[in-house]
Amino acid sequence: MSVRTNRPRRRLLTSMAAVFAAGAFVVGCTSNEPEEEDQPAAAETGGGDDGDGGSGNDEPGETVVIGFSGPEADHGWLAAVNDSAIAEAESYEDVELRTAEGTNDANLQISQIETFINEGVDAIVLLPTDGAQLTEVAIRAMEAGIPVVNVDREFSSPFAARATILGDNHGMGISAGTYACQLIEENGIADPVIAEIAGIDSLPLTQDRSRGFAEALEACGQEVDNRVAAEFTVESGEEQAANLLQAAPQIDIIWNHDDDQGVGVKQAFDNAGRDEFFFIGGAGSANAMQWIQDGEMEATILYPPTQAADGIRLARLIAQNKGMSDLVQVEVPRRIVLNAPVVNADNVEDYLHLGFES
Amino acid sequence: MSDQTPASPPAGATATTPPADEHRRIEAAAAEEGETRSGFVRFMSSPFGRNLGLILALLVLCAVGAFTAGDRFVDTDNMVTILRFASIIGVVSIGMTFVIIGGGIDLSVGAIVALSSVWATTLATQTMAEDTHWLLMVFVACAVGVGCGLVNGILIAYGGMAPFIATLAMFAAARGLAEIISEKRTQLVDVRGLVDTINGEFLGIPVLVWIFAAVSTIGWVLLNRTTFGRRTIAVGGNATAARLAGIAVKRHTVLLYVVLGLACGIAGIMLTARTGTGSGTHGQLYELDAIAAVVIGGTLLTGGRGTIVGTIIGVLIFTTLTNVFTLNNLDSSTQAVAKGAIIVIAVLLQQRVSVRSADSS
Repeated sequence: MSVRTNRPRRRLLTSMAAVFAAGAFVVGCTSNEPEEEDQPAAAETGGGDDGDGGSGNDEPGETVVIGFSGPEADHGWLAAVNDSAIAEAESYEDVELRTAEGTNDANLQISQIETFINEGVDAIVLLPTDGAQLTEVAIRAMEAGIPVVNVDREFSSPFAARATILGDNHGMGISAGTYACQLIEENGIADPVIAEIAGIDSLPLTQDRSRGFAEALEACGQEVDNRVAAEFTVESGEEQAANLLQAAPQIDIIWNHDDDQGVGVKQAFDNAGRDEFFFIGGAGSANAMQWIQDGEMEATILYPPTQAADGIRLARLIAQNKGMSDLVQVEVPRRIVLNAPVVNADNVEDYLHLGFES
Repeated sequence: MSDQTPASPPAGATATTPPADEHRRIEAAAAEEGETRSGFVRFMSSPFGRNLGLILALLVLCAVGAFTAGDRFVDTDNMVTILRFASIIGVVSIGMTFVIIGGGIDLSVGAIVALSSVWATTLATQTMAEDTHWLLMVFVACAVGVGCGLVNGILIAYGGMAPFIATLAMFAAARGLAEIISEKRTQLVDVRGLVDTINGEFLGIPVLVWIFAAVSTIGWVLLNRTTFGRRTIAVGGNATAARLAGIAVKRHTVLLYVVLGLACGIAGIMLTARTGTGSGTHGQLYELDAIAAVVIGGTLLTGGRGTIVGTIIGVLIFTTLTNVFTLNNLDSSTQAVAKGAIIVIAVLLQQRVSVRSADSS
């Protein structure tokens, strides 16, 4: 196209060179790899080396192609979900993973699933950006004979998934509330002030968590005195926690639903110089586990980021017509709800490998 | 509204020149601005030449797809998947082409898509649709789109607001309203007729793709074969000249935003059928995708020039890119970088062509 003059082209070359030089410099600064690699990340959970009751399920079988699609990893927990799923698939030599990770656009995620259907994958692991919005296409996959494993956000139809694996949001609330009751009893706190920092209030998962928390507290005759809702982001956590501290000059127990927003929550505590309360978190990030080890946080309630990794395992078993070896039933169950245990100073060592970076 | 001070007629025109001729002259002048160029440059900056470059880009992309993904890419089902994915954003982009050619911009399209999908799936609408016909939901979505477009257009044309600001306000307000109406929940569609029809197939091709084809055809005819289209180009090319020529520029501007609003309503009901839901989270970032597709397609952001075919190819380039990335297991971050690079390259090429042609004229 540029046949006539040479000068602009030479100028273009110079500027290109400058751009590349700058680019090389910038690229040198973008690495996010930690300096030392001694902390096992969530990504390394997988594989055939765990004890599995001596069954042959982890023995290589017929090679299966699994399609995996998840939402955009816009916070640490979701990033850990994606990473651990991919790592899990890599640990099996008989699994070929097709990933289409990373979108919050239902239209795009639907087309990703359609692509998997066209390719005729053997199974699909789907963490939908919204359960209801992906139901139609999941039904179509099932009708095409491809088993769908639904992770974390449930479809609106029972015909859309062969197996469903979920974290237990209601159970998280129960665990947090029960633990709070235990703390009150052990420390003999009379007339405790209990506060709650929820996540996005419109989400069913937040409502489930709050309901469980209230139910468990009610069992020991307590109730939530102050409640605010953040948005799972550091910024909103800081803002809402600061408001909360203003509203309540003396607090005994705080449950924060989410450790990603917990970074901001903790910052607000530090800014205000307040630490008179037991601080309980949720989800189980690496930060939170570090704080627990350092004595800066009482406990966190686990919401496993390995759900999609478990989804990959289930999909592999289903595609290979295997059952779960620890169950007598010969088929993979239709629905698995994961436990939401309390992680505190006593057992944090056992859960460190599940901690995700927020 | 513009005839109080008649334009001084060009030499040779008599006072009795019928206004229609004057329209045509100015419209033609605006449309064929810079037509006095020579050779290669003229060819490349003609609509056909520009589209040829785009088609080449699309072919290169397809070749990359065929080379890297083989049979999985070159497959009828895969082509259908690309088209089905392209159809919704494509309909929005066709509407956006009109607004941008007319010298405007609309940042609120994604929010309007969300609002129309939510409004069409409220319990009240669905109950009425079950009593009557699912087409009622289509009507509601389109009406909501037209309503939003009307508000945008009136604010811009008669309120004197900059399009960027007026539609930014709509961007915030429409999505907020969608969240209020839906109470931030995802509304399921219980009217099976809507989902089964629009998300189904006709003659082996998805109905969504048929709708995209129909909207594209209507858009092409509207832009290239009607007074409306010529006026759009005239208004975008030089609003003052168009006004002096007797075109009701303000009314026309309103109409452009109404056309886009209607396109958003159609896209809203398409997305509703495709997902089986109405939700305030639908249509996120559609404004950027649509503007990018239109600009890639050779439409000038300053208005006055652009083609429907270019826009369609622009949409296909982005959706094919996404498909190729998905087939090759590449993540969305890399894809976003590639998308950005394509936009920059396309616009730089266009600028070079137009600068060169300006020099040589």
